Amino acid sequence: MWRKNLIVGLTGLAAVAVAAALLTFGPGRRAALAEYADVIINNYSDAAGMRPVVFPHWFHRIRFRCKVCHGDLGFEFKAGGNDINMLKIFDGEFCGACHNGQIAWGVENCILCHAGVPGSRTRVHNSTADRLVAPPDAAAP
Amino acid sequence: MRKTTLTFVAAALAVAVAAAVSAGPEAQTPAAEPDQATPATEPEAPSAKKAPSAANSFNRLLKKPAAASNAPPAEDGVHDPANPGTELLQWPSEAFQDLPKTADGNRVDWVKALAEGLIAPRVDLADPEAEPFTMDLVIVREVKGSMPNVVYPHQQHTEWLDCTNCHDDIFVPQKGANQISMAAILLGQKCGVCHGKVAFPVSDCRRCHAQPKTEEQLRALAEESAWRGQPASQTAP
Repeated sequence: MWRKNLIVGLTGLAAVAVAAALLTFGPGRRAALAEYADVIINNYSDAAGMRPVVFPHWFHRIRFRCKVCHGDLGFEFKAGGNDINMLKIFDGEFCGACHNGQIAWGVENCILCHAGVPGSRTRVHNSTADRLVAPPDAAAP
Repeated sequence: MRKTTLTFVAAALAVAVAAAVSAGPEAQTPAAEPDQATPATEPEAPSAKKAPSAANSFNRLLKKPAAASNAPPAEDGVHDPANPGTELLQWPSEAFQDLPKTADGNRVDWVKALAEGLIAPRVDLADPEAEPFTMDLVIVREVKGSMPNVVYPHQQHTEWLDCTNCHDDIFVPQKGANQISMAAILLGQKCGVCHGKVAFPVSDCRRCHAQPKTEEQLRALAEESAWRGQPASQTAP
């Protein structure tokens, strides 16, 4: 009799414990943090009603050398200096060269890239030049 | 009755610990390859950090608080916390766990990480086995005054970059043809096209100014400054 109770109790408590652990440690629980060299791109996002794009250099630097994007794929060394729009990405240019569902996840994940504060100024986040000469921006730093 | 209760409690504790332990290390393994349409699992959050001070954020002599480089999303002003996608993105601190640390920029020594094989970034989009075309050529730029000369190593740069990334648009490949000043670098030109934006910022002078002036050069400088009315011997080191 007590064995049956034990099993029922264990199962219930295990479910609770697992749920608690997943809630604490599992995916989707934490928000991303801005990192040095994040590039905020807001060329067309505001007009289109989307959040500006936050491009994380660090994540890509772990996986690709600079020359792959800035040489082979034609990205300029300038925040907002590349005329990127969704059509070009669908066609496999710029970001779409990898974010096509094969090399990396596909562009149907809008909110993973378009994660910036609406109205952000296009810039390299916390770059030296930006901190020295950028105009103070009260709405979106 | 008491024996049953104790058994329940002991078993519950064991299960809870086992679940937490199994979720912990699994969640902390950084994703090796970008998952297709599935975000990487997030790690346990670091303990609560104080809000970073706005004062002296560019003073290289004052160590930036750790919170300044990994501010919570509500305070960093970059990611929109209201965006449901923001919380799906991987934390930089998780990816940087095993990488060698520095005091500035990303707080990661990328060159060292590459040299030690802790990261293996691809050289070519199409060919996963391609090797970089490196060149071991050190350029020494003599700088004004008693500041140590700048030592520029092609080796470490060509591990990451292609020749055309810098030549000829940013640097003319000819001795004496490039006018570079700290002002230009800080404003994002020349070396500042990358250093201060993506590569480490110029807050630590000796990373670049690595070749001290020789005794003769310093003596010559002292001679030059004698015009100020001080005898040369007083200005010599």
